[in-house]
Amino acid sequence: MNLIVERERGLLELEKRIAELREANAAQSLDLSSEIRALEEKYSQIQREIFGSMTPWQKVHMARHPNRPTASDYIAEFAQFDELHGDRHFRDDHAIVGGFAKLGERAVMVIAQQRGRDTKENLRRNFGMPSPEGYRKVQRLAHLASHLGLPIVTFVDTKGADPGIGSEERAQSEAIAACLYEFTIARVPIVATVIGEGGSGGALALSIADRIIMLEHSYYSVASPEGCAAILWSDASKAEEAAARLKLTAQDLLQFGIADEIVPEPTGGAHRDPAGTISRVLKNISDALGELSSLPAAQLKEARYQKYRRIGAWQTERLETVKTGP
Amino acid sequence: MPDWLPRRRAKNEPAEDAATWSKCPKCSEVLYRRDLAANLWVCPRCGHHFRMSAVDRINITVDGDFKEIGADVLPGDPLEWVDKKKYAAKLAGDREKSQLSEAVICGIGKIGGFETAIGVMDFHFRGGTMGTVVGERIAMLLERARDLRLPCVIFTASGGARMEEGMLALMQLAKTTAAVARYREDGNFLVTVLTDPTTGGVSASFAFQADVIAAEPKAMIGFAGRRVIEQTIRQKLPDQFQTAEFLLEKGHIDMVVPRADLKAMLTRLLDYAAAGRSRTAAS
Ligand SMILES: [Zn+2]
Repeated sequence: MNLIVERERGLLELEKRIAELREANAAQSLDLSSEIRALEEKYSQIQREIFGSMTPWQKVHMARHPNRPTASDYIAEFAQFDELHGDRHFRDDHAIVGGFAKLGERAVMVIAQQRGRDTKENLRRNFGMPSPEGYRKVQRLAHLASHLGLPIVTFVDTKGADPGIGSEERAQSEAIAACLYEFTIARVPIVATVIGEGGSGGALALSIADRIIMLEHSYYSVASPEGCAAILWSDASKAEEAAARLKLTAQDLLQFGIADEIVPEPTGGAHRDPAGTISRVLKNISDALGELSSLPAAQLKEARYQKYRRIGAWQTERLETVKTGP
Repeated sequence: MPDWLPRRRAKNEPAEDAATWSKCPKCSEVLYRRDLAANLWVCPRCGHHFRMSAVDRINITVDGDFKEIGADVLPGDPLEWVDKKKYAAKLAGDREKSQLSEAVICGIGKIGGFETAIGVMDFHFRGGTMGTVVGERIAMLLERARDLRLPCVIFTASGGARMEEGMLALMQLAKTTAAVARYREDGNFLVTVLTDPTTGGVSASFAFQADVIAAEPKAMIGFAGRRVIEQTIRQKLPDQFQTAEFLLEKGHIDMVVPRADLKAMLTRLLDYAAAGRSRTAAS
């Protein structure tokens, strides 16, 4: 069960109650306004309690909220979108959606991970977990974008790459490795936005970028909290602790210098105001593309190289045992 | 003899004495460790390839001297990680156990007469996981190889990205990819030798970005771990699934090479690359 869905249930009840009272108030001569005000007060107090300071684990659940806007909701607000299908080898993976698009006036290549909103769509989209053919579609579109000189806009939202038999048989490792490579050598600006879940290598395959935007309650992690808990604690029920230790929130990633900017979400999460959230995200993407587009390809690639070259934390020390190091 | 090897070897001796006999995990044959070493850590009875230490690997692969790169790059603890144990304590334990400062040794040496940049991962240190230091040393190695226009051979052995370093570990996939891309786009030659096991973040980055990919017999190679897949599909996987032979058949790798033939094969590959390069230089 999603923690946020559970917690917001009471709020939604209250919301309904307030709406009913408002309606009654408008229809009758009876003055209910003080009662309404009291309920509204209570409502915002509970809202503050629930969403005022969310724990990393709650944020993970927010990122997985079933009503959270998905990539196609963002793409729908582009001025134009023409989908391109398939990997030219095996099949069209519906966990990846991509194609030519116009963001305002600007022509771009959009590439996104797409989860479903209900069980039926989730089955078709494999819960947003791409298979090798999905990652090969990503490579193909990234390559085409670089070839045509179109900037790349990606939306990241996946628990991770598909861990099935077929995916291993068709070289999931190679498919992801080749995506990383293709984005690394692309001669065009790349802006990646983490809108929900950023699950490990499967998410990284769409987010080697010149600018990384994260939604306030999205997360991006080396491993799922559940997987990490199972491996390092040998106890999947430690997922909440793992979520806190992994430093996977947008705010953590901004501190590490991995995320470049955070787009705020409305109180209660992006699904409480999808239109507002989406327009803020698209504005930030547009602004980022505006800044990056003026850079020559060589400079762009050099900056991208240096950015990733620097990431990490280590210490330097001369080892006594090693004297031959140049 | 290279300067650094005897010193490392001397440090390794007590551990080896403590376990004079080893049992083959495959056929249960009890083996005298000195015989095992003489047979390149391959079981003489069943051919099982034991996981090798990076030092031993360098010793059997490199002729003569080996100049280490990035040995002074050592792990930090950016997340101040604690699970059942502290990360710092785990690192200390691994240092003690493996006599290594991290999960990879990089440097420059000769293979069959060819000057080569060489990286060797070691599963005995944090399961060969890639944290900042592994990413940094591999990147340094590739940058040096690019500057010197040397071919590069990397032996992989890894459980994936190192969770104790969180996203900074995942970003090492991006870092090593950047270094591989810059190195290869400049017309250089990268060979990876996948040894048991090579999974997760390492397989999804430089392991599968090489010009030629070789693997040792029966090495376990894949993206997702076997257990994860079995939990997902709720059934047991066949034994040969994700083995080097399986990958060869599926067309994911170039060759499976028994350890005894590996140095000769690498030498031949380096010879082809050198021939190609001298032709490019002549034209
Ligand atoms: Zn045996």
